[in-house]
Amino acid sequence: MRCAILHFLACASIAPVAAAEQTIELKRAPGVERVEANCGACHSLDYVPMNSPFLNAASWQAEVNKMINAFGAPIDEADAKIITEYLVKNYGE
Amino acid sequence: MITRRGLFEVGAGAVLTRSALPYLGAAAFAQARPRLSPLLPEGTRSEAIFDALPGKTPLIKLSYRPPNYETPVEYFRSIITPNDAFFVRYHLTDIPEVDAASWKLKVGGDGANNTVEIGLDDLRRLPAYEVVAVCQCSGNRRGLFQPHVPGVEWGYGAMGCARWKGARLKDVLDRVGVKKEAVEIVFDGADGPVVEKTPDFLKSLPVGKALEETTLVAYEMNGAPLPHWNGFPVRLVVAGWTGTYWVKHLTSIEVATKPFDGFWMKSAYRIPVGKFPVVARFISQETATNTPITEMVVNSLITSPAEGASVKAGRPMTVSGVAWDGGYGIRVVEISTDGGRTWVGALLGEDAGRFAFRGWSYGFVPKTRGEHVIMARATNRIGQSQTTELILNAAGYHHNLIQSLTIVAT
Repeated sequence: MRCAILHFLACASIAPVAAAEQTIELKRAPGVERVEANCGACHSLDYVPMNSPFLNAASWQAEVNKMINAFGAPIDEADAKIITEYLVKNYGE
Repeated sequence: MITRRGLFEVGAGAVLTRSALPYLGAAAFAQARPRLSPLLPEGTRSEAIFDALPGKTPLIKLSYRPPNYETPVEYFRSIITPNDAFFVRYHLTDIPEVDAASWKLKVGGDGANNTVEIGLDDLRRLPAYEVVAVCQCSGNRRGLFQPHVPGVEWGYGAMGCARWKGARLKDVLDRVGVKKEAVEIVFDGADGPVVEKTPDFLKSLPVGKALEETTLVAYEMNGAPLPHWNGFPVRLVVAGWTGTYWVKHLTSIEVATKPFDGFWMKSAYRIPVGKFPVVARFISQETATNTPITEMVVNSLITSPAEGASVKAGRPMTVSGVAWDGGYGIRVVEISTDGGRTWVGALLGEDAGRFAFRGWSYGFVPKTRGEHVIMARATNRIGQSQTTELILNAAGYHHNLIQSLTIVAT
């Protein structure tokens, strides 16, 4: 069922909010804020380390593309590039 | 009818639902580390912890939001998985708390003669049926694939077996009448996405499977109402088929005269055609290259001893576990302790029905000191056995490789 009241949700402005979820710490490296702001809007950030370290650059790129194209994540091109680079460098194979 | 559990404000006008977020008191369990397969990705093993969702016992947390929690293997030492230990799997993070008293199920669609709205009392007035059935995520054991594939990196516990009670879907559909032209039945639940463009989680079944007597609109699990995290108040039970079809928090059933083309049918939960030994097909959704996943493949799990357990050389011990399949029933479970050269039949336990876990046990004496590898292989009543070589597929479904478990005798 669609949640009609959440249409206006400004995804990029949400950070993880629950106490337990806040214990997830991604590697502090260039681009991490963009990952937290964009990816963390729709899912907890444990998805990143959980899927590591076995994805190569093309596979991380495909994951980011899937989030945008299949799941409709409102991530602009500049951020998508920063996010992919961060994931490849810090959580790649 | 549906209230969002404690909507609260976060930041600049953004709203999240509290139910989608972990219980704050669960932090106490964060120190205990679950026992995890060494085959899982390194990152999964460092990130997975014990955590308890409200109303649940501590389970192995793989992701908080959406909540994906697997059941520790120890719980499968019984053929019925307790409700509070039953695994939790969601795709989307808006998970409302549904009020049972005002809950309504819409039944209709262009392939139905009528439209009705029924409540829980109406559902309970229909003849009640029970089935003991395994609900297993299509991607159970995804994390054990080599090479690894992306997704929720499940170990062995994205499954459970419960006694489900409810009305037959067939009887619910009789309330509206299914036209001859109907090809699929489409299901929607109360959970949904937080971003408008994210495809909502809707699933369909072929009419034939929907009308089977073991396909239930269930309101009870092991004699109790369904836990919130397992679909309260009503979920679909599709005995024999993987968990993706078992739509939780059911709100709508539509009879359709055309194949449903939603994302979760057309693009997700698909397997390559011809690679897996499955009998059940979903013909209206098939393409030349891929097809929706359907029934579970035959499988087994060693639940005792634990991986890496230390035992006494020369002392008799019992190896035990469970086996299951897509509803043909388990014919035999065989054990090998010599690397797969010879196999000996295990003793089968209580038969709780062809969709249930079948317990098994085997007496073993580790005669020599050092490592011993125990392998288990289930075969069903139509002659299908577990695979000796992993059947690779992009989404990591249907992992039923014969398990090898190492123990150390001293």
